Amino acid sequence: MSDKSAATTRTGIWYEPDASLKRRYAADKRLRMYGVAAIVFALSMLAILVGTIVMTALPAVTQTHVTLQVELPAEAIDRSDPRSASYQKMLADTISRLYPEVDTPRELRELRQLFTNNAQYMLRDMVVADPSLIGQTVDFTFPMSDIGDQLHKGGIDRNLPPEQRRINNDQIGWYDRLVEQGRITTPLNTGMIFNADSRFPELAGLRGALVGSFYALLICFLVSFPVGISAAVYLEEFAPKNRWTDLIEVNINNLAAVPSIVFGLLGLAVFLNFFGMPRSAPIVGGLVLSLMTLPTIIIATRAALKAVPPSIREAAIGVGASKMQTVGHHVLPLAMPGILTGTIIGLAQALGETAPLLLIGMNAFITAAPDSMFNPSTALPTQIYIWADSPERGFTSRTSAAIVVLLGFLVCMNAIAIYMRKRFERKW
Amino acid sequence: MWLLGARHSQDWRMNVKLKSLTMAATVAVAALSVAGVAHARDQISVVGSSTVFPFSQAAAEQFANETGSPSPVVESTGTGGGMKIFCGGVGTGHPDVTGASRAMKLSEYELCTSNGVTNITEALIGYDGLSMAVSRKGVQLDLTKKQLFQALADKVEVGGKIVANPYKKWSDIDGSLPNTAIVVMGPPPTSGTRDAWVELVMEEGCKEFPAIVALDKDAHKEVCQRMRTDGPFIEAGENDNLIVQRLESDSNAYGIFGYSFLYENQDKLQPVKVDGIAPNEDTIADGSYKISRPIYFYTKNAHRGVIPGLNEFVAEFVSDDALSPGGYLIERGLIALADGPRAAVQKAVKDAVNMPAPKK
Repeated sequence: MSDKSAATTRTGIWYEPDASLKRRYAADKRLRMYGVAAIVFALSMLAILVGTIVMTALPAVTQTHVTLQVELPAEAIDRSDPRSASYQKMLADTISRLYPEVDTPRELRELRQLFTNNAQYMLRDMVVADPSLIGQTVDFTFPMSDIGDQLHKGGIDRNLPPEQRRINNDQIGWYDRLVEQGRITTPLNTGMIFNADSRFPELAGLRGALVGSFYALLICFLVSFPVGISAAVYLEEFAPKNRWTDLIEVNINNLAAVPSIVFGLLGLAVFLNFFGMPRSAPIVGGLVLSLMTLPTIIIATRAALKAVPPSIREAAIGVGASKMQTVGHHVLPLAMPGILTGTIIGLAQALGETAPLLLIGMNAFITAAPDSMFNPSTALPTQIYIWADSPERGFTSRTSAAIVVLLGFLVCMNAIAIYMRKRFERKW
Repeated sequence: MWLLGARHSQDWRMNVKLKSLTMAATVAVAALSVAGVAHARDQISVVGSSTVFPFSQAAAEQFANETGSPSPVVESTGTGGGMKIFCGGVGTGHPDVTGASRAMKLSEYELCTSNGVTNITEALIGYDGLSMAVSRKGVQLDLTKKQLFQALADKVEVGGKIVANPYKKWSDIDGSLPNTAIVVMGPPPTSGTRDAWVELVMEEGCKEFPAIVALDKDAHKEVCQRMRTDGPFIEAGENDNLIVQRLESDSNAYGIFGYSFLYENQDKLQPVKVDGIAPNEDTIADGSYKISRPIYFYTKNAHRGVIPGLNEFVAEFVSDDALSPGGYLIERGLIALADGPRAAVQKAVKDAVNMPAPKK
């Protein structure tokens, strides 16, 4: 390059930016714009997703209840065996007193459809729990049925022609009378958390799924945490570097990328068919999930161990500690925050996993929460799966509410992971 | 912690390796052995068709509430999947009852027999309607089974020849039908709903075409049973709620699903009439609406008396409370049997009558 041309170029740069430089600035700006646009797009998608779920879930926050004065005649209930009395008849009598004009079987059936089908069992359980009620007239508060609930919350449009809605004009009239008499209340839907599953949306809750998910995660933690750490410590601190350990390393990394459904099939073949473990049980779910979580924990643990500076090890060995002591007393405790973070993130992933649980039958309908990890149960994501497939309108909002609960747990777990990282992380 | 025991060992490498191995092994063995011990089952296990699922659910919940027994475990596995697990063998590891939206096939019965499941009671408890529906904003069609076959089959008869389905618009089939593209969403081949649709609509529809009837058995089956894959028929997955949502957003699309989904969404959807009749409780019950399928459940008799409450549960399933007109299964969308057949099925279930081998 000649002196002259170099000089002109320099003048160009310093005094009047040429076209190519402008282009480069513009390209730079565009690149930043693309980045901002991508983030805006991602955030707005997230907002739409969470927004729709929360909006759909809102109706499930409350549940429409009705309060009736039910007479519990002493002669109709055997004090020594209060379970056996006909509570259905007592309820029917109560309802007939409220609506004396309703007498044909068809109308009576339509009237009954406004109230939850299981009201008689709730009344029975109330009396069994407190036999002193026998002989009294009690205020009995119980859920309206799904159609009653939908009508109250505006899920059914009463202005539509009768043949286009699930509820007829008589039923709307009967319901309106309950409202006039001040019998309708909409308390917080605590049943959503504390009830087990039911085929009636007004009674269905997440208890079975929450307990099932808890047991499954517990098993998952108990298996994958010690096994994962042991494997990682061995590979990182003790194993010789040779072809075999390389092979193991590659395989563990590959395992982390195996689709979860494959683990489900494995669980079905090994735990259920070969070992004959019970179907639908959280213990099997936990074992399958632990297979899935293992690689995550191993990889996180190895990264955490790698991050402990060699000077720590050298110092420990320098004062005469054995390799065992170096790892057990110094390296592992220092790596623990990183390990725990990885474990919590792995468990959060396991909590949201559906596919492997479907294959081992954890998508069953069970109206009671499991007593132990060997009893059949569902888990949160599979409960969402079941509800999403149910025809009743009330399950639409409950599905979304269950998703909100699941998301809540995931956010909490991730928040704990972030907190621990920030709190205990050491900079070297 | 877990390393303490090895603190003074010189041979640390060997020791740690052993320790981690033993630990993994202990955890696994402990988990497995505990599970093995706890395997005796006090809950009834029900599997089977997703169509029968709501009815099994209802019977299970009623049974648990009435008797206070442990709640039965009801799983939706599909008819075929249910048969496979049900016929897997006798013993607490295998389910007690399976629901089916068609009768048990001979091949399934043979699988059962080969695994020692020889005593099975068959119970036909009622019928379930299949419906085709469209958004309230769309056009309510009135179709014959012949027209449905023409709209949905892979190959149809045109002018005495069997050709790949040329119909793209409803008006291509019949001038009186609307001039809109054929869009029908339906269940995938793994679904019992699909089997029923093929049997009740497609096979009936193809009887109207002489050239197809004249085919030999295999070719006839092929033409009558194969749904088109060139676009107008869309396999929409097992989740019927999803189809309902798509119909709402596209008023030209039609959907095929169980009647209960139409019933629950009648403010948003309207039925397609088949041979002039729209499905509702009355027309399905009296048989004038022709597209309905049988609902069965099968009980493993070897488990009666072994699994606590099984006898009571199956009795609840066929009780008058459940199956008589106005019963809780009928309210859930099951189409009732007449009094005679109902009494017969109640007796068969009570006496644990063994079913004969199916004919096909």
